[in-house]
Amino acid sequence: MLTDLLGFPPQVLFGQLLLGLINGAFYAVLSLGLAVIFGLLNIVNFAHGALYMLGAFATAGLTTYFGIGYWGALILAPLIVGAIGMLIERFLLRRLSGVDHLYGLLLTFGLALVIEGSFVKLFGSSGLPYAPPPQLMGGVNLGFMFLPWYRGWVVLAAVVMCLVTWYIFEKTKIGAYLRAGTENPKLLQAFGVNVPLLTTLAYGYGVALAAFAGVLAAPITQVSPLMGSNLIIVVFAVVVIGGMGSIMGAIVTGLSMGVIEGLTKVFWPEASATVIFAVMAIVLVLRPAGLFGNAT
Amino acid sequence: MNTKLAYLIAFALLLVAPLVLYPVFLMKLLCFALFASAFNLILGFGGLLSFGHAAFFGGAAYITGHALKVWGLPTELGILIGALSAGVLGLAIGLLAIRRQGIYFAMITLAMAQMVYFFFISADFSGGENGLQGVPRGSFLGLVDLQNNTAMYYFVLGVFVLGYFLIARAVHSPFGQVLSAIRDNEARAKSLGYDVERYKLLAFVLSATIAGLAGATKTVVFQLASLTDAHWHMSGEVVLMTLLGGLGTIAGPAIGAGIIVTLQNTLASGPLSSWVPVVLGLIFVLCVLAFRRGVVGEIQALIRKSF
Repeated sequence: MLTDLLGFPPQVLFGQLLLGLINGAFYAVLSLGLAVIFGLLNIVNFAHGALYMLGAFATAGLTTYFGIGYWGALILAPLIVGAIGMLIERFLLRRLSGVDHLYGLLLTFGLALVIEGSFVKLFGSSGLPYAPPPQLMGGVNLGFMFLPWYRGWVVLAAVVMCLVTWYIFEKTKIGAYLRAGTENPKLLQAFGVNVPLLTTLAYGYGVALAAFAGVLAAPITQVSPLMGSNLIIVVFAVVVIGGMGSIMGAIVTGLSMGVIEGLTKVFWPEASATVIFAVMAIVLVLRPAGLFGNAT
Repeated sequence: MNTKLAYLIAFALLLVAPLVLYPVFLMKLLCFALFASAFNLILGFGGLLSFGHAAFFGGAAYITGHALKVWGLPTELGILIGALSAGVLGLAIGLLAIRRQGIYFAMITLAMAQMVYFFFISADFSGGENGLQGVPRGSFLGLVDLQNNTAMYYFVLGVFVLGYFLIARAVHSPFGQVLSAIRDNEARAKSLGYDVERYKLLAFVLSATIAGLAGATKTVVFQLASLTDAHWHMSGEVVLMTLLGGLGTIAGPAIGAGIIVTLQNTLASGPLSSWVPVVLGLIFVLCVLAFRRGVVGEIQALIRKSF
């Protein structure tokens, strides 16, 4: 058997490491969604946490009212929330094209208040439990730690989703359009590409990513109206650390910040809530553009 | 001339207001009016959206509360220490945040303020979820007992007028002019030889200090410093007040704060009490979509069009 590592039993160390990896997976998917949206709309989507919460609630709602299980919700919830996102972009955010991008942030902040406030009113601020799918009940003893199947699945699914997004952006035609739209939307429009439609799709996709994270989170955390409210601020810090320039950057930064947070929980528990903000401060001093960023 | 007259009328109204309205409500209004005016200095005139001003408001609230309750300092000194601490915190956060612009500035200030919030959750002296309760109001210069609400009101009015005057003075000074120039065209201001970062930092520190002054005064009024003061919802509320009243106008934020505080108080006693965040969110959305100039901005535009 493994002996204690640095004075901590391996169960504790690897347990926190896994928790950190799971949080990191959420950070990665959420910051990736923010980066996709930022690319075309140049706004920070403050409603991202609220839409993540909507994803989790859609999962619970689909199961309770329509008898659609976890696997169906994994596909449907992101589609539903993504569609809501497209409506938000088409009917609200589009009206702000041409004014300072800060107004986009303020608009989405207002939306977050409305969505989260309504859900607190309707469902109360404590949460509803949601059981993991039966196929992923239980776990496996790896010798040095116990790995619940569902937690392993979350990390796997999030990483696969990130890689799929990376593939879409870097290797497909529509990805090329999206990157072109990020660089120079006017020129892209002149080439006959429907940029407004592309923008709506990008916002919908970013939002669907948030909802996907929400579905993954439903069986881990309680499904509660404020589950995304503090999380989104941590994700903002992750975005500042990584910079929003690169997809891979968002993925790598998200995962590693989760791991750093998990390790801090083992070695210095009091600091675990703030360690990511501290890392952000250090990165701002040493490399203001972010680890993977190149903009000012 | 017209503005001076308007200010005189407003001041006269504030002097007699406690005869008609409940002084505690008026004091809350004045504290938030000062907070929003301080915030406007950095957003309206500096063009930088800080989403972390609750850290200064709440930070000063806690420090003043601690200074009065535990150290037993005189009220004026306690408030001064609170405001100055907020200024120091503003310097620390400002030094980091001005390294980036636009939305990054907003995200950095938000994240740093969240760090401050977590500090107050876990620190020993802050009383956790309960906050600092039973902060003594003390007396003004050891002469006037501030436990009396009317006396307290005139003290708060004095603080408000002082802070407001400081902001108005800063905006109309050469410093304020350069700040607006940076907001309108940073590259040009830089090419004219202005040290852009120093101006931004100074504006940020000044804004943080006066926001702290507002938070410290609020603690004395309510004899309470709580986590609500430092929560990011508070940062959002002050953005809303400023936006609703009119970005970059001197009087706008105070008027916006008046509207929001009145609205909160009215809703709190009615059937809509638990819908307050939703109502605020809706006002936010409407303001951004259709009313970006705010109350004062719209009035100014109307005057310009009519005359």
